[in-house]
Amino acid sequence: MALNEEVNVLRQVPLFSCLEPLRLKKLAFASQRMHYDPTEVLFQQGDDADKAYILISGRAEILADGASGDIRIAELPPGSIVGEVALLCGGLRTATVRALEPLDVLAIEPQDFLAVLSEDRGACVRMMRVLAQRLAVTTSDLIAARAELAQSQDGSAT
Amino acid sequence: MEQSLTRFIWTHTRREQSWVVAVVLVSLIPYYLAFDLPKQIVNGPIQGQGFEADGATELFLHISPSLPWIGEVTLFPGIPLQRMDMLMALSMTFLALVIVNGLFKFYINTYKGRMGERLLRRIRYQLIDRILRFPPQQFRRIKPAEAASMIKDEVEPLGGFTGDAFVQPVMLTGQALMAMIFICVQNLWLGAIAGGIAGIQVAIIPRMRRRLIELGRQRQLTARQLSGRIGELMEGISTIHAMDTTNYERADMSARLGRIFKIRYDLYQWKFMVKFLNNFLAQITPFIFYAFGGYLTIKGELDVGQLVAVINAYKDLPGPLKELIDWDQARQDVQVKYEQVAEQFRAPLLIDEKLHDVSLETGALGKPLTASGILVQDEGGEKLLDRVSISIEPGETVALIDDSGSGAETLAAVFGRAVWPTSGRLTVGGEAVTDLPEHLLGRRITYVSSEDYFFHGSLGENLLYGLRHAPYALPEHEDARAAKHARWEAMEARASGNADFPLMADWLDHGLLPPGIDGERDLDHAVTEALRASGLESDVMNMGLRARLPGDDHAELKAAIVEIRHRLRRDRDSGKVKLAIEPFDLDRYNPQATVGENLLFGELASPQAALDILRNTYAITIMRRLGVSTRLFDLGHELASTVLELLGGPDAEEEAPDDSIFGRLPFLSPQDIPELRQLVGRNAMGGYATAVPEDRVQLLRLSMSYSEAQMRMGLMTSDLTERIVKARIELAEAMPIELQALFTPYDPDGYNDAARVIDNILFGRIGRSNPEMQRRIQKTLTGYLSETGISGDILRLGLAEDIGLGGRRLNQSQRQRLSLARGLIRQSQYYVLNRALSAVDARLHETIVNATLQTLHRHDEKPAVIWVLSNPRMAGHFERVVVFDRGSVEFDGSYSALQAAQKSNCSLVFT
Repeated sequence: MALNEEVNVLRQVPLFSCLEPLRLKKLAFASQRMHYDPTEVLFQQGDDADKAYILISGRAEILADGASGDIRIAELPPGSIVGEVALLCGGLRTATVRALEPLDVLAIEPQDFLAVLSEDRGACVRMMRVLAQRLAVTTSDLIAARAELAQSQDGSAT
Repeated sequence: MEQSLTRFIWTHTRREQSWVVAVVLVSLIPYYLAFDLPKQIVNGPIQGQGFEADGATELFLHISPSLPWIGEVTLFPGIPLQRMDMLMALSMTFLALVIVNGLFKFYINTYKGRMGERLLRRIRYQLIDRILRFPPQQFRRIKPAEAASMIKDEVEPLGGFTGDAFVQPVMLTGQALMAMIFICVQNLWLGAIAGGIAGIQVAIIPRMRRRLIELGRQRQLTARQLSGRIGELMEGISTIHAMDTTNYERADMSARLGRIFKIRYDLYQWKFMVKFLNNFLAQITPFIFYAFGGYLTIKGELDVGQLVAVINAYKDLPGPLKELIDWDQARQDVQVKYEQVAEQFRAPLLIDEKLHDVSLETGALGKPLTASGILVQDEGGEKLLDRVSISIEPGETVALIDDSGSGAETLAAVFGRAVWPTSGRLTVGGEAVTDLPEHLLGRRITYVSSEDYFFHGSLGENLLYGLRHAPYALPEHEDARAAKHARWEAMEARASGNADFPLMADWLDHGLLPPGIDGERDLDHAVTEALRASGLESDVMNMGLRARLPGDDHAELKAAIVEIRHRLRRDRDSGKVKLAIEPFDLDRYNPQATVGENLLFGELASPQAALDILRNTYAITIMRRLGVSTRLFDLGHELASTVLELLGGPDAEEEAPDDSIFGRLPFLSPQDIPELRQLVGRNAMGGYATAVPEDRVQLLRLSMSYSEAQMRMGLMTSDLTERIVKARIELAEAMPIELQALFTPYDPDGYNDAARVIDNILFGRIGRSNPEMQRRIQKTLTGYLSETGISGDILRLGLAEDIGLGGRRLNQSQRQRLSLARGLIRQSQYYVLNRALSAVDARLHETIVNATLQTLHRHDEKPAVIWVLSNPRMAGHFERVVVFDRGSVEFDGSYSALQAAQKSNCSLVFT
């Protein structure tokens, strides 16, 4: 059934890997299945971030506003999650996402995600770990980048 | 409001009170006459006194009282009557007196009742009037539920008391005095004893009852707090569940109920104690009469006749005395209630009545709007606004921004009179705002905040709420009866000191509508413009498209909608319009529709109708023959099992209802789940064949609501869809009348009353799609609607939709935009918008700010626009920007100056 297919896709998403299949099924059922034709836009940079999208089938691209039109940043294969920041803290979209092919997605609302998450304390902890690991990677990248920058500035000064 | 209830009653009803006392006194004459008459009838005609001789006559109605000094005066010589005639005449007189007494009683009671009800109406109205005149801080003191309970319940006994407030003591004192005087005339000593004990009774009992009154006061207070707490409990229910404090709340409630119980039990104890004492004192007097009076009689100092007369006269004393004491208690009781309520509704800074006078005309406010040295402190003494002085001229557009703290918000609230400054002066054109009438301030200054209230009613009514200032045109009455009723209503309102302007009048202030391009003030145009500027037009259109049009009205509109349906169909067939629509087709299963809709090829008249259809023999025979019932039974079972699986085991039921699941299952509610669990359990093994009829109906009904596209449980097979389509066609062949009444079939050329407008236009369901596609569909439809000239009608349908309690059927963004639209539809000189669009998404927010500024500055008379921005990036749209830091003005100048200042000063907002 379609619901099971969606659960299988959700299980591959790292953010959801800590949730049990039954809870994922609940999440899938509560979410909305949507269809986009090629070039249709899921969301635009600067919009309020209100949903996350899981690509069930089809590919999409991430675009950022540039001085001379949109700049393509990445391509999303089926099974990707996009806009997941919306689930945890909202804010504004930092990029635009557009369908490249006929695209089927599952749109997840933050309140449904939080409802599922709040039923399982263990999952919360596991998720925190996932997020913290990501933060650790990002932080070490940042430190490395800063060090590099400082070095190159030192180099240019001397 | 007067300090004492007696004074309050006297002030407002003294004329009626005097009249009723007079009528009561007059009514005593026939009352006592009726007492004497039976004796006359028995002694005279029946026993034959005065008729001893044959053919003897007596005088009927011979009235000749003997007056002191004058002697006997014959007022009426009387009519001589024989014995039988006399009997009839006297009996008839008796009957007449009975009727006259009854009529007097009827008149007096109705009169007292009306007097009491008028007073009750007056006091309620005064309390409500006070609420309307309270200063804002007063609302932090009184809980709404408490105020409601005071106005509704606590003052109610006051009405009942009013009727007896003065009549009762006059009457009872008179009666008691008569009895006392009579006893004293018979024997001074016995009179003194009776008087003494009566005195003790009158002195002690009310004193003891004072404790009762105190207890009663406590009872009232605790009961009021209880209703306040219950209100809180219900408002805070989600917090209670979220924090697992249900048992703490239970303990609190139990403690409160315990306190109430204790008070009530004490009340009983005292009440019966007082009653005992009262009875005892009343009975002790006869004891003295028997013992002491008997002694005197035996000694020969008192004759028997006198003693009997005294004892008889005494019978009349305790009754009035007791009632007098009761009356006094009732008086004290209502007095306490009155004081309690009056105390709660006393406010130090009540808005002057004159400032609320009704005015049909709207004058102009002066300029500028000036705040000088405004200081606002919260309850903790924290300075929200620290002596801010600022002046705003008409025509200016000013953005207020909070760098830190809430100075901008507070200043806007001060401008909107939602917060009263602790000190400082707010003036318009040099006049203090506190001296200006509300009909100027409330019309010429428009204040919109992020949490504005909406009243129960339709969207349109709420949109025009800000124009209901005064009864502009009095209602025209259809006939004389309606006119008479209206006059009566107004007369009664005045008699109770209520407002007498009719609610049914035209309250809409057309003069305050903004003029259109041609200078005319047209309501429809103003509505459209306000909706457009606040970005609400498409929302309302959408609501209109989702409305239903039942009944025979709107025939032309329905025809036009069917016409649009045909055009849309043609345009889609020719490829001119591309929309993801799954049309209704008699020969095809529509995957976007539910099983029920597909089976009937129509829209159910009501959710209940599904059950009636599934119990119908004709329908069920066809379904069985085509093998639809067994398959749908299994589908229903599978659906139910999956839902139960998603909800988790029976243990999970204890938790709060799972909104994320039930939101997708409109046909189920959490209360249905236990029953559903049993239903699934009972039918786990056997199928349709072994199930009991009622289980069959229940599971089939579940299957009716299933839609593969929405629920994606994979329960639909192509075999089943084919069977359903076949059953649909067979069902239609010889459909019985009773079945036809349960649903409205899809007819390509007819309007379906049970379906929404949009379904009637699309004649199908929106297919696999996304929000963008839905927007596109709506845009396309709006195009068709305006081409056909019915978009106004659809917009009106949207405006007629009910927005629910406090506007809850709208989302927060829509509510905020509606609040803005409600402000824009009035032509004011100053617009104060306090974070008015904080919940609206950034892109739309900016569009609306732009559109609003343009709309407001389109006319020659440009108003001032003061906008507290929740997103400082939009400040560029304003001529002047004021930045607040911890309650003080940090920057005041043009946007470019602000940008320049930012470069040198990092603390200023946004980068």
